[in-house]
Amino acid sequence: MAAFSTQLVDGVAVITFDLPGSPVNMISTSVATEFGAVLDEAERNPSVRAMVLISGKRDSFVAGADIEEFGRLTSQAEAEAMSRQAQAMMDRVEGLLKPIVAAIHGACLGGGYELALACDWRVATDHDKTQIGLPEVQLGVIPGAGGTQRLPRLIGVRAALDLILAGKSERASKALRLGMVDEVVPPPILRATAIHAAQRLADRGASERRPGGGIAGALLDRTPIGRRLVYSRARQTVLKKTGGHYPAPLAALDVVQAGLEHGMPSGLREEHRRFGELAVGDVSRKLVQIFFATTALKKDDGVEGEVPADLPPVRRLGVIGAGFMGAAIAGTAALNARVEVRLKDAELERVGKGIKAALKVLDDRLKRRRLSKPEHARLSQLVSGSADWSGFRRADLIIEAVFEDLDVKRAVLADVERESSGHTVFASNTSTIPIAEIAAEASRPEQVIGMHFFSPVEKMPLLEVIPHAGTSDESVVRAVRFGRRIGKTVIVVRDSPGFWVNRILLPYMNEAGVLLAEGVPVDLIDGVITRYGFPVGPVTLLDEVGLDVASKAGAVMHQHFGARLEPAPVLQRMLDDGRQGRKNGRGFYRYEKGEKKDVDETVYKAMGVQPLDDAAPTMVEQRLVYAMLNEAAMAAGEGVVRSARDGDVGAVFGIGFPPFRGGPLRQIDDLGAARVVEVLHGLVMAHGERFRPAAHLVEMAERGEAFY
Amino acid sequence: MLAPASWALADAFHVSHAEIYPLMHGSRRVAIVSGCRTPFARSGTAFRDVRAVDLARHVARELLYRSELDGHEVDEVIFGQVVPSPLVPNVGREVSLLPQFPPSVPAYSLNRACASGAQAIQNAADQIAVGHADVIIAGGTESLSDIPILHTRRMSQILMAASKAKSLGARLSAFSRVRPRDLVPVSPAIAEPSTGESMGQSAEKMAKENSIAREAQDRIALQSHQRAAAGTADGRLTSEIVPWFGGKQMDEPVTSDNGIRTDTSMEALSGLKPVFDRKYGTVTAGNSSPLTDGASAVLLMAEEKAHALGYTPLAFVRSYAVAAVDPGWQLLMGPALAVPLALRRAGLTFQDMGLVEIHEAFAAQVLSNVQAWSSPAWAERLGLDGVVGEVDWDRTNVMGGSIAIGHPFAATGARIVTTLVNEMQRRDVQFGLVSICAQGGMGYAMVLERI
Repeated sequence: MAAFSTQLVDGVAVITFDLPGSPVNMISTSVATEFGAVLDEAERNPSVRAMVLISGKRDSFVAGADIEEFGRLTSQAEAEAMSRQAQAMMDRVEGLLKPIVAAIHGACLGGGYELALACDWRVATDHDKTQIGLPEVQLGVIPGAGGTQRLPRLIGVRAALDLILAGKSERASKALRLGMVDEVVPPPILRATAIHAAQRLADRGASERRPGGGIAGALLDRTPIGRRLVYSRARQTVLKKTGGHYPAPLAALDVVQAGLEHGMPSGLREEHRRFGELAVGDVSRKLVQIFFATTALKKDDGVEGEVPADLPPVRRLGVIGAGFMGAAIAGTAALNARVEVRLKDAELERVGKGIKAALKVLDDRLKRRRLSKPEHARLSQLVSGSADWSGFRRADLIIEAVFEDLDVKRAVLADVERESSGHTVFASNTSTIPIAEIAAEASRPEQVIGMHFFSPVEKMPLLEVIPHAGTSDESVVRAVRFGRRIGKTVIVVRDSPGFWVNRILLPYMNEAGVLLAEGVPVDLIDGVITRYGFPVGPVTLLDEVGLDVASKAGAVMHQHFGARLEPAPVLQRMLDDGRQGRKNGRGFYRYEKGEKKDVDETVYKAMGVQPLDDAAPTMVEQRLVYAMLNEAAMAAGEGVVRSARDGDVGAVFGIGFPPFRGGPLRQIDDLGAARVVEVLHGLVMAHGERFRPAAHLVEMAERGEAFY
Repeated sequence: MLAPASWALADAFHVSHAEIYPLMHGSRRVAIVSGCRTPFARSGTAFRDVRAVDLARHVARELLYRSELDGHEVDEVIFGQVVPSPLVPNVGREVSLLPQFPPSVPAYSLNRACASGAQAIQNAADQIAVGHADVIIAGGTESLSDIPILHTRRMSQILMAASKAKSLGARLSAFSRVRPRDLVPVSPAIAEPSTGESMGQSAEKMAKENSIAREAQDRIALQSHQRAAAGTADGRLTSEIVPWFGGKQMDEPVTSDNGIRTDTSMEALSGLKPVFDRKYGTVTAGNSSPLTDGASAVLLMAEEKAHALGYTPLAFVRSYAVAAVDPGWQLLMGPALAVPLALRRAGLTFQDMGLVEIHEAFAAQVLSNVQAWSSPAWAERLGLDGVVGEVDWDRTNVMGGSIAIGHPFAATGARIVTTLVNEMQRRDVQFGLVSICAQGGMGYAMVLERI
C-alpha cells in the first residue's frame, strides 16, 4: 500500500503522506524510498510548478523516525547507514528544483521536523496538537537527518542548541517566534495557505530570510568568537544537567559546532557518525527500552482476562480528604482528565483550602501558558466541594486521601458505600495499609482498590493501582484507564506492604540511615547517589518526604518484614530533635525561606555521631544500590509486579532510578544475577544479614536466568 | 387624587376577567423539585470581589450537586438579572456553559426588575407546561457590588471619536475636548426613569398616602429580623444556602446571610433617622431592604419527568399573575392587583393560602399592599365581590423577608419560592402564595400547591 498520494492543484502537487496501518506517519527505509519516487515524478511532471507536503493523519504531521526500526539496529555501521540514508532523503528534498512547502498540523517531531526543515517554507497550524521539535536526545541519540545542521542555520545557534540539547518541542506560536516555522494559520486554511505559499515561491523564488536575534544575535550567533562562548556555555549547562551520564546532548553540541565551523558536509558526516555511535550505545538502548515499556503500558489495562469494551469512562470523580494529596489529585484530574471533581472534607475551611490548592494546579498551567484563559476558566469550574455528601451519588470513582489510619479509612469506605451508587469504584490512596484490610468489611469489596499516587501528584508520572484479592477486573480496568487519563504511567501491583515503589525504596532508605548512624557524611551519601544517576540522594529524599512520614512507613515495613528492615535509630533521634525535614524547615539540610541550602552541620550532634572523613564512596554506593536491587529481585520473585517491565518503569518513574540504567531489574540482568548474589554475600559478611540475597535471585543465579 | 390610577387599575383588571387557568387545564403539571441560594451579603461585604456571573454559576452548579442531577438532563437555563454587567450581558448562557452541562443547553437572561427570579420560574413553568422542556433551571443573580459605572454621554462620545481616530493627531484632538466635569463617573441610581423618583422616595410617598405609621413599619422590620434569625439558628433558612468559599485562600466559608440583625429591637429601629424625608419621613434604613449581593436557583420539572428520575416534587405551580400600575401613582402597589388576579386564576381564595411570602422591599410597601388587600374600597375599585383577604402574620413571612435577609434584586424570586416550598413541606400546607413588588409599578404573584 502506498504511503503517498499526489493531487495536482493549480500547478501545485499536493503530496499527502498517510502511512497505511499506522495512527501516525513515521519515516522508515521504505517510506524514504517511496517518497523519493514521488518527488522524482513531481519534478519530472512539467505541469507541476511547486509542491506541498501535507499529512493525511488526524492531528499528526510526521511523528519522527520509526523507533521500532531504530531499535532493531545491530551495529554501528548499520545505524550510520540509516542516518546517511535519511540525510540523503532530506538532501534530495532540499535540492529539488521546484519549491516545496511543508504544511504542518499536529506532531512534527524528530525526523518529521527534519523533513520540514529541508523544505523551502513551513506553514503550521495554531492548534494545540501542533508540536514541533527535535526530541532525539530523549532517546539517547541526536537528530540524524540533517536537523543538527539545518536548524542552527535557520534560527541561530543559541536557539537551536536550546531545542536540540534538551530535546524540546514547541507549540506553533513559540515556533513562529523562534523562526522554526514561517507562518501559523488556523487548521481549516492550512492546505490552501500552503498551496498559495508554494505558488508564490514558484513565482518569485524563495524569499531571503533575515537573521534574527538583534545585537545579541549578531554578536553571539554570527561571529566565531561569539559562537565559541555559546558552545562552552552550552557544554557547562549540559554537564550540570546530565551529570555526564548522557552522551547524546554533548554529541549534538559537537556536531552542531562541526557543521557551523567547518561547513555543512563535514557537519553531516559528523552527524551520521555520532548518530551511529549513539544509536547502538548502551544509554540509547536503555532509553528506548523504557520508551517501549511505557508505550506498551499505555495499552495495558492491567488484567489478564477479557474486559468489556464498552466500560463507561469515569465522568465524575469524588475525592475525600481535601488535604495536600486530595487537592492535588483533584486538580490533576480536572486538568488532564477534564472530569467533574467533588472534594469533600469534614470542615468547610479545609474544603475551600483544598479547592484553592486544586485550582493552583490549573493556575500554574495558565501561568506557564500551557492553558489558555478560557480553558483555564472552564476547567476551574470542574472543581467544587462540600462538607456534606452532595454530588457523590453520581460519582463513578471516589478516591480517599484521608489520614493514614485503618479505622478512619474503613469508616470512610462505609460512608461511601452508603452515599454512592452501586457502580462507584472506591479507591484508597494509601501508601502503607493493605487494601484487603480496608476492604475487609466492605459490602462491595469487588469495587474497592488502591490507587497510590506520588507527591507532588501533578508532577510525578507514576501511579500504582493495587487490586486486593477480591477486586473485580472491571474495577482494575476503570482505575487503570482513569490513571492514564490523568496523565500517569500506571502499573498494577500486588496488595502487599509498600506495594512496589515503597517496597524497594525502603531498604535503600534504611541503609542510608545505617550509613548516617555510622557517621558517613550526608553530602557524601547524597553525592554518591546523584553520581550514580538518581535525581536526588536518599538523605535529601528523607527531608523532602518528611522524617515523620518516613519513620512511620519504616515502622510498618519493619513490622511486616522483620529484622531485615529494621530502621536505623537515627531517624528517631532526628525527630526527637524536632527535625521533620523541609516541611518544618529543619532536617539534614538547612532551609532558608523554603529554599534548600547546604548540609546542616549540627545534624551529626543531633544524631549522636562523629562524622567520618574516610568513608569509601564505592562502598557507600554499593550498599545503597544493592539494598534496592536485592529487594527488587525479592519483590519481583513474589510477584509484586506483573512483569519486569512494570517493575523497571515503576522504579524509573516512581523513584527516579537512573533511566540510562534501565531500572533495577534490568540492572541485575546487566550485572548478571550470579554477580549480584556474589556482591550481596560479601555485604552479608561485612554488614550483616539484611543483605542476604533474595531466594529468587539465588535461584536465578543458579539457573543462569534473567528478568528479561 | 387617585383618579388617573383608578382608571388604570380597573382597566388592567378587566382584561384578566377571562377565567383561564393555563397551568391547570390541558397542560402538564410543573413540579418544583428543589432550590438553593448563595448566602445573601450586604453589598460591599463578603462578595465585594465576586461577579454576579460567578454567584450564578456557583448556585446552579451546587443545585445540580445537591439534587444529584446529571447536567445532561437539563433542557434550558433561565436567569434573571436586573443590573447586568455589560461584560456579561447574557448571564444565563454563561451558567449553561458550565462544564457540568453539555454545551447544547440553551439559555437566556431576563429582566422583570425585582420579579425577575419569579419571572424566570414562570417562563420555565410555561415551557414545561406546553411540553417544550422537561427540566429547567431557573434563577436569578445580582451583584450590587459590581454595577457598571458609566461615563457621561459627552465623555463616551469623546472616547468613541478617539477610538475611531486614524492618526495620533486626531486622537489627541478628540481628547483635548475633555473637561474635568466629563471625568465624573455616572453610576445607575435605583430610580424610576419615567418619574425620576427613587425607590425610597416612592416608599415614603406610599407611607404618607396610606397613612402607614413609623412604628408599624419598624415592627415589620423587627419581625423580619427576629424570624430570619430564628430560621438561621434552627437551620431552616441555612439549609437552603450553599456555602461560598470566601477569602484569598478560599478558607473563609460564608454559610449564612450577613444582614440579619439578631439583636435588633424596637428601640434601635425607632432611633434611626428617616432617609428620604428627613423632616416628616418614616422610611429608614432599618425598615427598608438593603443593597445585597447573591444568587438563587430553582429546579423545575414536568411532573412525570420528576417521577421518572426518582424525585419527589416539593410543590407544583398552580397559577401566576403579573400586573402593573402607573409608576407616578404608588410605585410599589402592583401586588395589590397581581395577588387577587393570581388567586382568581388558581380558583382559590386568600384564606386558602396556608403560607404567604411577601417580598419586603420596604415595610411601608408591605403594609400598603396588605392594607389594600383587606380594603373594601380597593375591592370595589377592582370590581371584586369582597376584599382580597386579611393577612395572618402567623402564616406570612414566617422566616422573615427581604428587610432582614437582603434583596439581591433578581435573586429574590427563587429565594422566596425555595423557602416557601420547603416550609410548605414542614407545615404540611397545601397552598402557598408569593407576592413581589417590582420597579416600574409592577406586581407579581404566584400560587403554589402540593399534591
